[in-house]
Amino acid sequence: MAKKSFRQAINEALRQEMRRDPRVILMGEDIAGGRGGSAGITDAWGGVLGVTKGLWEEFGDDRVLDTPISEASYIGAAAGAAATGLRPVAELMFVDFVGCCLDQIMNQAAKFRYMFGGKATTPLVIRAMYGGGFSAAAQHSQALYPLFTHIPGLKVVIPSSPYEAKGLLIEAIRDNDPVIFLENKVMYDDEEDVPDEAYAIPFGEANVTREGDDVTIVAIGRMVNMANAAADELEKQGIGCTVIDPRTTSPLDEETILESVSETGRLVVVDEASPRCNMACDISALVAEKAFFSLKAPIRRVVPPHTPVPFSTPLEKLYMPDATKIAAAVRSITSSQKQKVA
Amino acid sequence: MSVQISREALLRAYRSMRTIRVFEERLHVEFATGEIPGFVHLYCGEEASAVGVCANLTDNDTIASTHRGHGHCIAKGVEVGGMMAEIYGRHTGVCRGKGGSMHIADLSKGMLGANGIVGGGPPLICGAALSHKTLKDNGVAVAFFGDGASNEGTTLESMNLASVWHLPAVFVLEDNGYGEATGAAYACAGTQKDRAAGFGLPYFACAGDDFFEVYETARNAIDHARSGKGPVMLHVQLSRWYGHFEGDAMTYRKAGEVAAQKKDHDCLKKFRARAVAENLLPEGDMDEIDAAVADEVESAVVTAKQAPWPQDKDLMADVYARY
Amino acid sequence: MPNTITALTMPKFGLAMTEGKLASWTAKVGQSVQQGDELADIETTKITSSYESPAAGVLRKQVAQAGETLPVGALIGVLADADTPDVDIEAFIKNFHADTPADATATPEANSGEPKLVTVGEHTLNVRDVGTQAGTPLVLVHGFGGDISNWLLTQDALAADRRVIAFDLPGHGASSKNVGTGTLTFLAGVVSDLLQTLKIEKAHIVGHSLGGGIALTLLRDHPDQVASLNLLAPAGLGKDVNADFISAFVESESSRDMKAVLQMLVYNKALVGRRMVDAVLRARRLDGARDALRVIAKACFPNGHQVDDLRPVLAGGAAPTQIFWGKEDEILSVSNASGLPQMIPVKVFEETGHLPQLERATDVNTAIATFVKDPEAALSMARMDATA
Ligand SMILES: Cc1ncc(C[n+]2csc(CCOP(=O)(O)OP(=O)(O)O)c2C)c(N)n1
Ligand SMILES: [Mg+2]
Repeated sequence: MAKKSFRQAINEALRQEMRRDPRVILMGEDIAGGRGGSAGITDAWGGVLGVTKGLWEEFGDDRVLDTPISEASYIGAAAGAAATGLRPVAELMFVDFVGCCLDQIMNQAAKFRYMFGGKATTPLVIRAMYGGGFSAAAQHSQALYPLFTHIPGLKVVIPSSPYEAKGLLIEAIRDNDPVIFLENKVMYDDEEDVPDEAYAIPFGEANVTREGDDVTIVAIGRMVNMANAAADELEKQGIGCTVIDPRTTSPLDEETILESVSETGRLVVVDEASPRCNMACDISALVAEKAFFSLKAPIRRVVPPHTPVPFSTPLEKLYMPDATKIAAAVRSITSSQKQKVA
Repeated sequence: MSVQISREALLRAYRSMRTIRVFEERLHVEFATGEIPGFVHLYCGEEASAVGVCANLTDNDTIASTHRGHGHCIAKGVEVGGMMAEIYGRHTGVCRGKGGSMHIADLSKGMLGANGIVGGGPPLICGAALSHKTLKDNGVAVAFFGDGASNEGTTLESMNLASVWHLPAVFVLEDNGYGEATGAAYACAGTQKDRAAGFGLPYFACAGDDFFEVYETARNAIDHARSGKGPVMLHVQLSRWYGHFEGDAMTYRKAGEVAAQKKDHDCLKKFRARAVAENLLPEGDMDEIDAAVADEVESAVVTAKQAPWPQDKDLMADVYARY
Repeated sequence: MPNTITALTMPKFGLAMTEGKLASWTAKVGQSVQQGDELADIETTKITSSYESPAAGVLRKQVAQAGETLPVGALIGVLADADTPDVDIEAFIKNFHADTPADATATPEANSGEPKLVTVGEHTLNVRDVGTQAGTPLVLVHGFGGDISNWLLTQDALAADRRVIAFDLPGHGASSKNVGTGTLTFLAGVVSDLLQTLKIEKAHIVGHSLGGGIALTLLRDHPDQVASLNLLAPAGLGKDVNADFISAFVESESSRDMKAVLQMLVYNKALVGRRMVDAVLRARRLDGARDALRVIAKACFPNGHQVDDLRPVLAGGAAPTQIFWGKEDEILSVSNASGLPQMIPVKVFEETGHLPQLERATDVNTAIATFVKDPEAALSMARMDATA
């Protein structure tokens, strides 16, 4: 087993699934790149951040399709192809671009199975980058998973590490429902041990990344790393945190969260999506509804403010949730004097 | 072709083009130091397009730009110091550091914003044109968009809408042959001329390395729209001199392609040559502009680097919410 | 006019770049360059691009060498006028503080004890090979659904005076997933082949659970390769096995379910932590892993019954043998240890489950070490203890 980056883990998942199943195809803008260019080189880019590099070389024109900048039509084409025998993985580049093609996802792909009385399957994966921390500004930094989580019929996956990314992407490709697979753009160079073999991580099974008795922290995507860092720091001060990575916001593993809160009696949810109607709201509601009498303190949400993502470095830092903010939220509900916080 | 343009306008145009060139080349160097956050897309090589079109516009007219927006901003009169400060994320930036390179806007100059979304501008321009038409202010609205953006549904729908509503809209297709790393030869089916015809838009075309040609062609196109005859398409042939964004090694382009463009299709060189040959402007005036622009950009960078950062309280400014 | 010295620093190409490798210098020291001239090629994880001179001047010094990887902003060279004195250049380099200083070069990781993949016939086995070459080597065979990590507390402790080899069985850990018929005979054949591949003529075999059954089968089929047997709660000595455990151990997908399953393996349930659960789940998720276990389970213990009766192997006394069992074993009952030939010492641990090598590591290690040092002596000691 070798150390692999988040980028390599995703590339390897795509490659292994494409080798295994000839129906798996890729499409997206510049996922090979160089087509129609004067140098006559294809695979010049492998996607804007190089994630699909080398796949055109192995699988060729029929299976790695560069698209015009026409999200509505190629995302829709991927949905249509999925409903008729292929297993497309379409790359939307930045998830912010979903504005250009939401109908094809929301009203088309997401609806087929149920609306057609269970007679359609739509094995479609849409990959996209999300998240702030890169000074990519308001139109390239959003964490839009709540939008997809809201739509029945879609599965929504947010890997928190290279190992998770590979296993969850393989599961996404083998799954028969439309899956939105969101990659945090700040994490592409993160490395960890990732098996060379193919493996699939089932959806709807949360991962517990830290164990502690005092507080349950539920964190999404890149926030899992921040929550782990906060938990490690708090442990030195005698505060034990259980950190839960739901892995998929749809379906959501309610049991793991509820079980943990019933043991700790305290909940902090960390979510980098805009604060209204985000996963932090959703998970807080779940716990308030089903584990209310276990709670020893108010639920805390560590979320950004309700503003677009600012460009300027200090403002973006202020905007983003981080380990310090998480630790502060935990302390605010564990130190006994502060139990009555408003 | 005789030139129908005042000396002052010519000087302004030269200054604009020179400013764009120096501004972008400086950013190329500064970005590499790691001090500039985010994405930066440079407009070098395409200066005559923005300037040739905008020389026919006033602050009363509206433009919508693209991710490659610095040139359009400068051509439309946005202040260079404020732009540079914005790109550095400072509080003194035209958007107070909240937008950055891809979102520079100045509505007081009729500049509706650079845009991070490809194809984001053309629909907005239909709306701006509707305002001009409804308010009868004699303004036109101009959408700059790339060959890549020409394949977005929003762009094609907008040409149709503008035609249906008979709007004073100008669709300026800046065709540099590439959308990121993909050639227009692969990505654009049919011809742009036929696309315009399909929506009933008169089609104007010109080479983008010659300010005079762009200026004249744009004038005809814009006059058409302004005079109430409906929307038009202006197709400008261009070449970009740097990567799609800073960091792109451009392996998809033939070796020497950019060098040849720089040698034979430099709009500034061409402008100077013609201005001198036809005695339109004295060389000395242009030399003075060169020196002044160099100073202006230098001071913009120095000032931007020393400018204050936004304060914590600015995070919650310009939103309605307190949470 | 004062001399200007320009720092050439690792450029940032694209916003994801934090460090770059100086692939090569394209300009020589002493060469004069114009602004924009190419100075060097810089490689990042994504691209290689040329580094253009930020100013005009003479390349006076190449601070970084080709092949070096440096963070963005680190000094790679110095540009100055031809007449700037060398001392000034040196002073400039000395005083230059990169925004993000290059950190100390990472020390290469010691790779002793790193498992390696070994080809054995059609299998690729993950093998961890430690210890000196002196004594007769010792080979550790883990149980059903286990892997080399089951020997975490065993392998290195026994490696003081011999080579100790742990490996993942076919279908397990990082080994390939083809398990053939999945029978003990098949698996023992693979162990025999592994010994040959590793050029080990004869070895002490330590087998746990299914691995104990494999060890017994190896003794039956390839007696020449076995110096002695140490069996921990071995399969093959009784009729039954906990069928619920077997199926849940193979099929569980969630950490909660798997945790409950793993707790059946030990007496002290607190031993089962998040990491252990995670490691088992990671192994299960590999393509083919669950199928391999299903094949073995079906071949060796269908419906909770053990197919192989290996008591006759022990009856012959073909190799010195000792046996360990946990009294609270929930998988293979300690009652399996009764009625064995008298000469075989059986150590039963109180408050111990199916994993004595983890729950009673020190005792188990000491007993194995003593035993393999001189099996005959250990056996007669044991007999004396038994009669005392
Ligand atoms: C809706 C949307 N899709 C994709 C992108 C990513 N993107 C940014 S610029 C660009 C290429 C645009 O090409 P073109 O319109 O020709 O403009 P040029 O860069 O050549 O000036 C792409 C694909 C985006 N920003 N928005
Ligand atoms: Mg283009």
